[in-house]
Amino acid sequence: MLRLLRNPRSMRELSPAEWDLTLRQARHASLLGRLDALADEAGVRSALPARVRARLEAARVDVEQQHRLIRWEVTRLRRALAPAGVPLVLLKGAAYLFAELPTARGRHFNDVDILVPAERVAAAEAALVAEGWEAVELSAYDQRYYREWSHELPPMAHRDRQVVVDVHHNILPPTGRLRPDPRLLLAAARPVAGADLRVLAPVDMVLHAACHLVQSGELHKGLRDLADLHGLAQRFAAAPGFWPELAGRAATLGVTRPLYYALRFAQRLLGMEVPAETARALAAAAPPAPVRAAMDALVPAAIVPDHPTHPRRRTGVARRLLTVRYHWQRMPPLMLARHLLHKVTERAPKDDG
Amino acid sequence: MKVVELPARDLTGRLHRGLDVNTGPFVIRIETPIATLAEEVRVLYGEFPLDEGGGLADFHVAVLRPAGPLGLRRWWRQQASVILDEDRPFEPLPVDMAVPMLEWSINWCAATRANQYVMIHAAVLERGGRALILPGVTGAGKSTLCAGLAHRGWRLLSDEFALIRPGDGALDPWPRPISLKNVSIDVIRRWAPEAYMSAPVPNTNKGTVAHVRPPTESVRRAAEPAVPAWLVFPTFARDADTELTRVPKARAFFRLADCSFNYESLGIRGFRTLSRMIDQCDAYEFRYSSLDDALSRLGALPVPSPNS
Repeated sequence: MLRLLRNPRSMRELSPAEWDLTLRQARHASLLGRLDALADEAGVRSALPARVRARLEAARVDVEQQHRLIRWEVTRLRRALAPAGVPLVLLKGAAYLFAELPTARGRHFNDVDILVPAERVAAAEAALVAEGWEAVELSAYDQRYYREWSHELPPMAHRDRQVVVDVHHNILPPTGRLRPDPRLLLAAARPVAGADLRVLAPVDMVLHAACHLVQSGELHKGLRDLADLHGLAQRFAAAPGFWPELAGRAATLGVTRPLYYALRFAQRLLGMEVPAETARALAAAAPPAPVRAAMDALVPAAIVPDHPTHPRRRTGVARRLLTVRYHWQRMPPLMLARHLLHKVTERAPKDDG
Repeated sequence: MKVVELPARDLTGRLHRGLDVNTGPFVIRIETPIATLAEEVRVLYGEFPLDEGGGLADFHVAVLRPAGPLGLRRWWRQQASVILDEDRPFEPLPVDMAVPMLEWSINWCAATRANQYVMIHAAVLERGGRALILPGVTGAGKSTLCAGLAHRGWRLLSDEFALIRPGDGALDPWPRPISLKNVSIDVIRRWAPEAYMSAPVPNTNKGTVAHVRPPTESVRRAAEPAVPAWLVFPTFARDADTELTRVPKARAFFRLADCSFNYESLGIRGFRTLSRMIDQCDAYEFRYSSLDDALSRLGALPVPSPNS
């Protein structure tokens, strides 16, 4: 999988049995559509075996449908939020799609993430509810978790549609140790030509991807997040001054550690090129050596998908440890203890296998 | 080599590791340690070739026997559970239901993943290169009609899926076992005593279910597509006279779209593909009670003229 992401032309050399595994891994990691787009860009699509082409074509249909639904949802959001005076700022996948970034090509996604100024969140929620969005069914505890401890509202969906909308007021939870100032992100957001909405500035988009990658609880999508970050950086690095600006912005927002990790793993796993100066500037953000060694071992094991039906034990252990780290970074210890106790007792009765 | 030509011991071993069966449009990897299921697979899928494509399967279906708490399920109230890659879309069921579970799982794989086709929930049969499409809601008698025609001169393309190729509008065959429910089981036993039928499984959520082995000729010609000609919406009505009524094309279009698994997912391609199919077909409403009458009426349908 990594070899294909680094060098899509090598798709021509895969044996049928290797394709069998690759396609299953890609589906599991939400990268099937991405493989299709890469095969197309590398000009190798027509050279692939017919059964592989059929699978990639099916993935392309899925992606096109998802993108259609997302575009529609965004137009509906704009219509609902504009009268309430809430500006529409897209994050992640929807932003890549509207900004027509190459990383959106073949990207699977089912939700729209938006960033709203903290003081406008209540107005945004009221406007959406008035227009037919409803909270996706959650337990009372989960509702409270989102409202008190998270950087987003409980997920919502319009009652006539399936697309999930996440209204964020920051890119990291307020309970965690890293607290980038969302006002800086909003102030720097850029308009999208012809769409009456905004997306984060290029450096902020990369930093958000980095934060999401290292702080996300969805480890099976980790490789997709890393590929996103790689694609964004590749595109934006064409503009002069991108790398120094990125390092400087990370310092301003206080997220140099996530950027350090993200670039490190993009380099190691996807062969991303990072200028030596940037690497030096971020060296100060490196964790202590033992932590770095642990992360070097755990992250690739957790995010690189292996055999889907028979995961290696290493993946399971790595994912568990990283989940512990994820929670540790999100909450102070006492709150974490409470949260985990609740999750354990909630799960116990139905967990028999 | 065909599945049925494998010596029994080899088949069991291959099924433990995963047996790649080439069913035409899809290679299915079936994995199961359940001996009774292995025997049914040997017969129901016997005429299909083992895949020789080098180990690339489209669907990976494992029907396993969960051990349950303390391993008790190995001995008492044995169950079967299905794993499709990493998904477990169904609850475990009693082990007697392993055959229907396998079939439903394969259907689920296609319905949720095979978007290279426009897929209609329909039985499809062929005569003289032209296809008869029988879309059907559950209980409309589509499978009975399908099994009936498939044993009287019509070639079975599929009992559940019309797989329309968006490129040229032709229908790809997928001649897997035909699923019969309740009274249809005896009807088809009498109609085609020579046909192999799996042991009926009572008390599924669809009632009693049995599967008919697809006719050998259909399986042999599983790579031969057919051109749509007749779109017939069947309704079984006990003791009613056989009645065939033309359906206007516009109405037929929407009924067809309603029976599709993925019409909306394909966007404009879906619309164009169904439009072409409606153009190629004469559409009928068909009420029937007797298979004999149905056979003669459907066999007498004229081939649509290009401008009809």
